[in-house]
Order: sequence, then structure tokens, then C-alpha cells
Amino acid sequence: MITMSMESDIKFIDENGLRIDGRRPDELRHIKIEAGVLENADGSAYVEFGKNKVLAAVYGPRECHPRHLQNPSKAIIQCKYNMMTFSVSDRKRPGPDRRSVEISKIISEALESVVQTELFPRASIDVYMEILQANAGTRCAGLVAASVALADAGVPMKDIIPAIAVGKADGKLLLDLNKEEDNYGQADVPMAIIPKTGEVVLLQMDGHMTQEEFETALDMGIKACYEIYELQKDALKRRYAVETPEVEE
Amino acid sequence: METENVKPVREVVVPGDLLNEGDLKAGNGTYVLDGKIYASLLGVKSIASNYVNVIPLGGRYMPHPGDSVVGVVIDIGPSNWLVEINSPYPAPLHVNEVPWRVEFGDTARFLNLGQVILAKVLMVDETMKVQVTLNESGLRRLEGGHLVDISHSKVPRVIGKGGSMIQMIQNMTDCRIFVGQNGRIWIDGEMPNMLVAEEAIKMIAAEAHTNRLTERVKELLESRKTGLVE
Amino acid sequence: MSRSIISEIRKNHIIELLKKGERMDGRAPMDLRDISIETNVVDSADGSARVRFGKTDVMVGIKLIIGTPFSDTPNKGVLTTGAELIPMGHSDFESGPPGEDAIELARVVDRGIRESGMVDVDKLCITPGESVWMCFIDIYALNYDGNLFDASNLAAVAALKTAVVPAAEAGKGENYPLPVTCTPISVTAAKIANTLILDPTFDEEMIASARLTVTTDENGDLRAMQKGGQGPLTVDEVKAVVNASREKGEEIRNIIG
Repeated sequence: MITMSMESDIKFIDENGLRIDGRRPDELRHIKIEAGVLENADGSAYVEFGKNKVLAAVYGPRECHPRHLQNPSKAIIQCKYNMMTFSVSDRKRPGPDRRSVEISKIISEALESVVQTELFPRASIDVYMEILQANAGTRCAGLVAASVALADAGVPMKDIIPAIAVGKADGKLLLDLNKEEDNYGQADVPMAIIPKTGEVVLLQMDGHMTQEEFETALDMGIKACYEIYELQKDALKRRYAVETPEVEE
Repeated sequence: METENVKPVREVVVPGDLLNEGDLKAGNGTYVLDGKIYASLLGVKSIASNYVNVIPLGGRYMPHPGDSVVGVVIDIGPSNWLVEINSPYPAPLHVNEVPWRVEFGDTARFLNLGQVILAKVLMVDETMKVQVTLNESGLRRLEGGHLVDISHSKVPRVIGKGGSMIQMIQNMTDCRIFVGQNGRIWIDGEMPNMLVAEEAIKMIAAEAHTNRLTERVKELLESRKTGLVE
Repeated sequence: MSRSIISEIRKNHIIELLKKGERMDGRAPMDLRDISIETNVVDSADGSARVRFGKTDVMVGIKLIIGTPFSDTPNKGVLTTGAELIPMGHSDFESGPPGEDAIELARVVDRGIRESGMVDVDKLCITPGESVWMCFIDIYALNYDGNLFDASNLAAVAALKTAVVPAAEAGKGENYPLPVTCTPISVTAAKIANTLILDPTFDEEMIASARLTVTTDENGDLRAMQKGGQGPLTVDEVKAVVNASREKGEEIRNIIG
């Protein structure tokens, strides 16, 4: 999210081509993903993207509340993205704000494209994301966590969805902006794909970019999504690490 | 090409993983895209009779007609009860589906809130509306004893091949045990014995995807034998 | 709050076990579950802690912000506590503004901290009558398996004890540790049939007729109390809980150090 394109004394890329945190322009922050971290939820995941810390939990499929939203032919996916009051430097007042509502909606729509909702008419699949600590790119980290939590919950889906944002600072395209880069950046493009088909299921853009810059950003982001996808799959498999291939039935 | 290989392979797969091996057909927990078979669930890949399936490691219980379930009454109406069977859909039990003659409005006298029943899933329609019945021999209100909840996906393991695992637990703890397809298990016996049976069941549920499980369960039951009541 | 219904069988099983002085998880009636405390969990907060009592999992963050004092206490900092029973914590928790359970939880935790004077609000004054530090304590229930009161209180206390006033960013001098004076600890008991148990699980809370939370300080003196539930407690039961809370409070205080 770009607040204002401000003049800043910070050099986002130094003479060695490295960013303020030492990364190359096309390098992701350190990512950690763990599946099955909460007891009550049907599925859950904890994700770190650099200093971002996100918890996601899934309940469902379960009875749809409120009743009037029930769909007789499929389950609905209800997402709620929320930032904890202390996740940002200026304390955030508790409760949903317009930004959270928008983010919840686009994440929900991204997940709709892969979850086999037609198997659960009249039910609801509830996805909750809490941001414990924010450092730019929380909606992407949230979607990454939500996808893992859904698989962890045993919800049937066609694929797991990775997400990442590409931004622009000092005229250069940068993958996975951190907070400082995002604050002074000139553009931000969060995106998510279905790895199997390469289709885009989440896409936003704000700032100022040429068409060429945008297409390069898209390539950069999609390539990174495939890296994140491997980490998501690994987190799920690690939960059930099996020693030997034999089994008695 | 491994068409004659019917031994299940304990490989954990995630949604989106490619499952094809030669001429296999798409089974449960899979979907087909461009002629290839992919997993749609987090589970264990299993090949049997030329079908590739994914056995789920979790997920909600989805009722099928004929399933025996252990349910809890969570609501009462004048001519039916609502039974929670640990699935996305609570199941109505109609007065016509019980072995008692219930007058209109008199339902609470027969089954009250919180009471537990061993029932069968009668039918499930396309919108997943589920109905249960008590109208079969063996089905009834359950009283006393102890309830244990496990993931429905572990039920086959708890029952074992031909019922061997559950028989072993019943015999060695001298308890009656009903395993609902919905993952809810009723144990009835002397107090310390029931807790040992529970421990064995929970061990199976936690280690369902490992091997030599039967041996370890047997060891557990034997080690607790001194604490059991005859 | 609760939409769950506990089965008769589970309820009777718990009561039968209690008659023999046993609980479903193997504890004795006055035993607490395993407690774990993690502090400095997030850097964006000025203080933070994540506490587990068995499977109950609570996260608390502290934010210190400069604001105007109340007119009747112009030289003192301001303390505010909030709690959210977020839907990820339990299938019974719903989205939306805090309901009566969340509000009661926040106010009970607040009471123990405020009445014990744990946060030295006299030392949080910047310019009398104009600007003071406001200390926000925010509680989130990540996983609910009974006894949010004690887990939340401990998490709040642990977060406050490790909090740092961000004076430097505000241009008000150097950062310094939040001035705290004591460690108020709450211990909650529940009454099932005629037996008192400490640190109830979700199932035990569901069938309890009453609960009593008692918050004590280092001297074993009482700082806050809250009775909940629709059933009564005898005077002897109240006294027994106070005794147990003083003793167990000390045990918990030793864990947090």
C-alpha cells in the first residue's frame, strides 16, 4: 500500500545493486511457514515474510452463519483479515476498517477459484487471518497462510495459492517490498496465482508504472510465487513426515 | 507401468500434486485436468485396483447413507430432534424414525438436549440435507460410559482390518466400544479400563500414518494391564 | 457466547471422575495445567507476550502512545485494557465487536493490574495536565480451552514487565523500561457439583455452575475478584478459593520471575 510518493534521502539501491536490507532487487525476504499451529481450528498456519507475522485459521466446512447467505449449490468462503492493534507502529483501533474489508474480499475471491465449494452446498468455509506484526505485504502473507490453513483443514482444493507483491522505488522494480520501501515507493503490485495453470487470482496495483514496467513486475512476481509455492507444500508435508513407505491396512 | 501393484504407498501429497503413474484411474480425493490426475486433498497417496486415491489426513466428516454415527441431541422440536454428528450439517431425527410412539410436542420426554444416540444415516440429498434414524436393531440412546472424539479419517485405522484393532482393544480392556463413522467413539466399561481404551484409541489416531502401529498398541495395552479392573 | 452443547455422557464422566478427585486430563482438582510464557513476541508492540495454560493460548500486546490525561488525574498516565475473543480461538466465537464475555474478561484483567498499581502511572507523566503516556493493553484469545482469565492476566503482566516506553521515537528522551511495581496474578476456580477445581478446561467450564477469579499481589493481599456463572457459591467455598489463589498465585509468580 502506498501512502504518498515522498521525497526521501534513502537510497533504495546502493552502488552494489543491493537494497537497504541487503537483498537483490529480485530477492524474497526470509520466509517461514508452519502448518497446524492451533488446536481448535480445523486447519491453521503461521507465516513470516521478513518481519511480517501472520496467523491463519480455518473452520469448516460448517453450517453457514448468517443463514441468509447460504447457497444451495455450494459452500461460501467467508474471509476475515484483521490487524492486531499492536501490529503497526501507530496503534490501530480494534475492529474492521475499510481497508480490512477490501482485503478480506479479494482474498476470499482468490480462494474461491481453487476450493471445490460445490462439494459442500449450504455450508460455509470460514477463513480468519490475524496480522501479529506488519511490515508491508501483509495481504500476500495472509493469503499464503490462508491457503496452507485450508489444505491443513482437509478442504478439497485444486491447488495451493502463493502470493507476493512487486513494487517500485528509485525507478527500480523490487520484489517483496519491506515497510521502508513501501512507504517511499512509487508503485505496488500485489498478486497471486494458481501455480498449476499460471492464472492470476489476485491482482491490485497502485502508484505509477509504465506498461512495460508492469509486465516485468508480473513476470518477477509470478516467478517468486513458484518459489513460495514450494515452501507452502513443504510446510504441509513436514506436518506428517513419514519414516517408511510400508503400511499395514 | 505398475498396473499390478496394489500395495498402498505411504506418500503424503498436497492439493495440486501430480498423481499419474501410467494407466491409473482417478479415485477419491483427486481431480482430472488435461488428462492428468492431481490430488485435491492433503493426504496419503494410495493405489488400489488401478485407482489412485488420496486418503485424507484430516477434514470434516461427510455423512453417507448407512453410516453408523454417534450423535448428540442439540435441539428439540415438536416432531423432531436435531442431532449433531460432527459434520458440517446437523441431522434431523424425525419422530417417525424412532422405535417409540411419540406424541406431537412430547419429544423432550424421549430424548433431551445433550443426550447421546447411536444412529444410522438414513439419507443425504443433493443439497446435503441429512437425516438419521434410530429404527434399526442395535440403534439406541447411549448412557453412561465415556466419549472420545477423533478425526473421522482415522476411523478405519481404529477399527482395523476386519475389526481386528478394535477387537483387540475391547478384549484387552474388557470394554464395549462403538466406533461411529463420524469419529465419535463410545466406550463402556469399568472406569480405569475405559481410560486405557481411550489412550489406545488416541494413540492410533495420532500415529495412523505410521507402521507397526498394531504392535505398539498391543504393547501399550499390555503395559497397562496391571491397572485394569477385571 | 457458547453455542456448543456438552453431551450428557461427557458431563457425567467429568462428574464421576471428580467424585474420585480426578479430572479428564489426569490433574488433581487444585492442579494447574502446564504454563508457558513467551515475551517480546512482536517488535511492533512496545511489549508483548504469548501465554499458554495447557491448550489455552493468549496473546497480549502493549502500545504506549502520547495522549492527554484525564482532567481529574492530570499528572498520571492512562491505562486501557481491551480483549477480543477472535473467531479463530473457538468455533463458538463470532466475528464482531466485543460481546459481554470479552468485555468482562478485559475489565477483570484491567482491575487486577490497576488496583495493584502495577503500572506506575505517576512515572508516565510528560507535561502535567497536557501530555502523558497512555498504556494500551490488548488481549487476543488465539485458542480457547478454558480459563481465559488467568492466561490473559499472566500474558498482560508478562508483556508489561518487559515493555519499553518508546520515548526516543517521540522525541521525549531515551527509551526506558515501563515502570512496574508488582506482579498481580489471578487464579480462577470453577464449581462442578460440589467440587471446586482450579484452571478449568473448556468442557469443565461448560458444566460448571459458578466460577471465581481472585487476583493477588506478592504479599498475598487481594486486589481484584470476580464471581461468574449462574449458580451460587457458599461462603466456605469463597474462602477456599481465596486460599488456593494465594497459594497458586505464588507458584505462578515464581514461573514469571
